[in-house]
Amino acid sequence: MSITSISAAIREGMREEMLRDENVIMIGEDLGTMGSPFGITKGFLEEFGSNRVIETPIAESGFTGMAVGAAMRGIRPVVELMYNDFIGDALDPVMNQAAKLRYMTGGQVSIPMVIRAPMGAGRRNAGQHSACLEALFTHIPGLKVVCPSTAADAKALIKAAIRDDDPVIFLEHKLLYAKKEDVPDGDNVLPIGQACVRREGKDATLITWSRQVNFALEAAKELEGQGIDVEVIDLRTLVPLDWETIKASVEKTHNVIVVEEGVKRGGIGAEISAEIMEELFDELDSPVTRVAGLNLCSPFSPPLEDAVFPQVKDAVEAVKRMLVRV
Amino acid sequence: MENYIHTKEQMLNMYETMLRIRRFEEKAADCFTKGMLAGNIHLCIGQEATIVGTAAALEKRDFITSTHRGHGHCIAKGAKTDRAMAELFGKATGYCGGKGGSMHIVDVSQGILGANGIVGAGIPIATGSALASKIKGTDEVTLCFFGDGASNHGTFHEAVNMAAAWNLPVVYLCENNQYGVSVNIHNITNTDTIAVRAKAYDIPGVTVDGNDPLAVYEAVKEAVDRARAGQGPSVVECMTYRHMGHYLGDNCFYRPKEYMEEANAKDALANFRTYLLEHEVTDDEVSGIEKAMFDEIEKAFEFAQNSPYPDVSIVTDHMFTMDNERCVVR
Repeated sequence: MSITSISAAIREGMREEMLRDENVIMIGEDLGTMGSPFGITKGFLEEFGSNRVIETPIAESGFTGMAVGAAMRGIRPVVELMYNDFIGDALDPVMNQAAKLRYMTGGQVSIPMVIRAPMGAGRRNAGQHSACLEALFTHIPGLKVVCPSTAADAKALIKAAIRDDDPVIFLEHKLLYAKKEDVPDGDNVLPIGQACVRREGKDATLITWSRQVNFALEAAKELEGQGIDVEVIDLRTLVPLDWETIKASVEKTHNVIVVEEGVKRGGIGAEISAEIMEELFDELDSPVTRVAGLNLCSPFSPPLEDAVFPQVKDAVEAVKRMLVRV
Repeated sequence: MENYIHTKEQMLNMYETMLRIRRFEEKAADCFTKGMLAGNIHLCIGQEATIVGTAAALEKRDFITSTHRGHGHCIAKGAKTDRAMAELFGKATGYCGGKGGSMHIVDVSQGILGANGIVGAGIPIATGSALASKIKGTDEVTLCFFGDGASNHGTFHEAVNMAAAWNLPVVYLCENNQYGVSVNIHNITNTDTIAVRAKAYDIPGVTVDGNDPLAVYEAVKEAVDRARAGQGPSVVECMTYRHMGHYLGDNCFYRPKEYMEEANAKDALANFRTYLLEHEVTDDEVSGIEKAMFDEIEKAFEFAQNSPYPDVSIVTDHMFTMDNERCVVR
């Protein structure tokens, strides 16, 4: 066991995979001497050389498409998009190529690539560097979508993502990078598609992922002081979704709130809410509700930005509103 | 054509493959017109010499990426006409089990890394395949078919820039039929040729007569040899003609009539046949190939027509390699 930051956990997970499998490569902007803007690939160029740590020009569509071609040839590329917002430049190779090629070819190929991308608001990066775009990715059949919230999970899930034979979108919240936590030693690989109950409770369930897990846990703690016992589920993976964990919790608490940093409209919360309504309606004591980002892009000014994505108090109030109604 | 020395066998093979593609496309057109095919098809009639001259310069272990107008590329690289035709029919015996269709006929075992319905999308994929060869230290060459239309796409410039910067073993093969759907290349592009753009990336670029299979072969062979020797990418532009519309049913009202007059005068099937007969090939040999290709395509058609449709139960298969059912269900 060692205490490590989430960024270091991701780095160590990728490093171990590069040592284990020579077909694993890194490709993206500023990965070399700089070690990527958030330091995730620091030291990789020196350790693995320019044949496996490929520092590209600023050409997201080109290098993401190249990763697809390399993956078809048995390479396992880990693509870094400097911010998930840059997917706008690289959507075709992801949406029309990586995600679809296996299906369109009747299973002749697989595309074992990972696209890592920092995401999230709160860092005052303004409108084009702050989105949480996981809902966009989950809407595309053929992509797995992973959003870890802890250092141990980040390491174990990046290893699973690299070993997965399908394209995996691996979203890293920028404001989680510096968080230091225990990471177990050894080659731990966490299967993609397993949620985790971070806190058990009996009155209501907060379903969330990535940075909002911390917010939900804080909310639960605050509510505990008011005699409300909240369960917190960290989904960890959005595709495939761990339905069994969700179902068990709904059957226990009968009150569900999905907490999501990304925009509310067409979000993950809408999807999970609909699934619960369709399949577990009789279990519910109240309608599933959503605490989510406003349908806006991030403003720069700190007080404005903080008003756009959910804060701890928003989850607290949502739980109280729901339970008072019961 | 006079300057090149080729064995009789090579030339007969080229003629056979050109004819195989032409008959395949004509049969597909016939089936489509009769309402036997769903969707739409993009035919490469008129471009066979470019395709065949190019494929002749590749080894079996080499890779290609293809385009929306891709039937000919796949056949020339080794795909079988019966399974290709079955894919057009959406049948279970098609190369993709009916999931791909006309724009996505692929036989990966023959080094075909995909036809592509997105113009320009194959260019980075081919470049990535070349990157894979460099990483692995192996000597396959990847050849990227693309059209004059795709040459204006950002992917062309992004990928060629990286291939040039890193000396990747890739050949960019532009089939310049002068029309991107309905738009003439000269209305939207300032340069006389596409190949001249190679200069911007400091790599070789040549323009050849794409209706002369031997000229295409020579140019592509040089580029392939160069790539295989570790000397980096090239652009080879083949000037050719798209006899049909962008898709079958497009009446080409946007094209001057001179286009088809030129195309017919330069049609490689007719001209190469004449050339062969002037170069030690007999009437019997030529007509033997013609009969064989006619028969092969009739058999391919019967195979496709008689094959079953895929069972609907497989509709969720193959979206994912691992954990497919769970990823598809919700």
